[in-house]
Amino acid sequence: MTESTNARSIRSLMKPKPMRPTVFWRLAEDIPKPLQTGLMITSIALPLLLWWAVTTFANIDPKFLPSPADVLHAFGRLWSTRELLKDTVASLWRVGVGFIFAAALSIPVGILMGSFPSIRALLEPIFGLMRYMPAPAFIPLLILYLGIGEEPKIMLIFIGVFFFNSLMVMDTVKFVPKDLIESTYILGGNRWETLTQVILPHVLPGIIDACRINLAAAWQLVIVSELIAATEGLGRRISVAGRFLRTDEIFVGLIVIGIIGLAFDLLFQYLLRVSCHWASQKR
Amino acid sequence: MFLEINNLNKQFQTKNGTLIVLKDINMLIAQGEFICAVGASGSGKSTLLRQIAGLDRPTSGEVMIDGKPITGPGPDRGMVFQHYTLYPWMSVQENAEFGLKLQGVPKKERREQASYYLNVVGLTQFAKALPKELSGGMKQRVAIARALASEPKVLLMDEPFGALDVHTKEAMHEFMLDLWRRTNITIFMITHDVEEAVFLSNRIYALGARPGTVRKEMLINLPNRSHTVKRHSTFHDYRDELMDLLRLHGQEAVALAA
Repeated sequence: MTESTNARSIRSLMKPKPMRPTVFWRLAEDIPKPLQTGLMITSIALPLLLWWAVTTFANIDPKFLPSPADVLHAFGRLWSTRELLKDTVASLWRVGVGFIFAAALSIPVGILMGSFPSIRALLEPIFGLMRYMPAPAFIPLLILYLGIGEEPKIMLIFIGVFFFNSLMVMDTVKFVPKDLIESTYILGGNRWETLTQVILPHVLPGIIDACRINLAAAWQLVIVSELIAATEGLGRRISVAGRFLRTDEIFVGLIVIGIIGLAFDLLFQYLLRVSCHWASQKR
Repeated sequence: MFLEINNLNKQFQTKNGTLIVLKDINMLIAQGEFICAVGASGSGKSTLLRQIAGLDRPTSGEVMIDGKPITGPGPDRGMVFQHYTLYPWMSVQENAEFGLKLQGVPKKERREQASYYLNVVGLTQFAKALPKELSGGMKQRVAIARALASEPKVLLMDEPFGALDVHTKEAMHEFMLDLWRRTNITIFMITHDVEEAVFLSNRIYALGARPGTVRKEMLINLPNRSHTVKRHSTFHDYRDELMDLLRLHGQEAVALAA
């Protein structure tokens, strides 16, 4: 009796709230493919169009904001003198060496940290501390210890990638289900076989993803290192262009850096898809 | 006896002192039996199974298989977990072969053996599929085939059908009985599902909770083992007796429901 009157009274206090059907504002739901493609194209095309419109119609000093055509022109100029290629190769080489070193060490270290609580206890505190020291803050020390050649730049990338990557790889290992490890013991596997034949394949997608994220950091660090001291490189190109007010070349440098970074990302996503077909979310 | 559990005790040290999980467990299991240990949560049934599997060591007492004490996990005991434990990057065939691979069986022999047991569980046509392409019941059948491929002395099952829907569960029950008859393997299964235990096993250990003890041992003699037997009065008698045995009383019930 009281219950039913209670229910009626509380219902009368509830405000009706209609939920209209929508396409654009769907929460965590797929949107139609054409809309998705359209929005993705807009994402790149709209800023380009705005840039073009502003520089064409709003009489802006090209030293302040060059037009897309100016930038394209500068790109052609830097390409024909082979300077751009030289800079790109120099930056890629530094990132390549630094990142490969860091990955080659951090992946096994991270797997060991994730697999063995003893190794984790030994390394996690110092890695956790080092991770919060921004890699660029090491530049003065690196110059002091290693001079101004290639070594400090590669070392900077190493520092910026190694600690983060180790900890991220460690985390992916922690997510290997305990049941899966125990199943392997029961099937007759020893610790080594469990590590190499179960934990390793299970964490491979996580490792590729960690490397993808940390390669982005490496790519940023190489540019930072070149802004400070280098004779060639994309960062160097931007800093020189800035000094001589060649704004168009700054834009060329930025766009090339962005496109190469995006290419890295897509490459790793592709790698993940082909090597770990089993881990993809979609059927 | 084939599988012997002698005066097994298991305690854990917690912040609030010593927690006795299993107390004076004694079990004797003969070859070819289908045994269910039934108990509510808190009866330590999973802990018991872990001692038999060798994943954990008892505080005192021992588990013997074929006259030898168990010191660690090994392929003489196959195990099927409640949660799917297939290797997601391996095909069904590779999953079924993996135990044999770990034990150094050559490729040709392990392929034949795994194929044989995939056929036994009726999944030959899914040999190339990845686990994510299978339903829950099919995954458990692969896990059973994988365990059987090593020809274990005993198959341990940790609430293997707990995550399945009622219909799949029923189909798996029929499947298990058929498998048991055909392979004549010894099965030790733990479950909280009283009907499941009565339907499947030839003998039941009813476990009381906090601490886990054997409250009663029951021999199950059903007129037949088809699903219609569940409407039979004998089935109901066993079920009701077990339910009464396992029913939680007073404070215990309040504490568990909270």
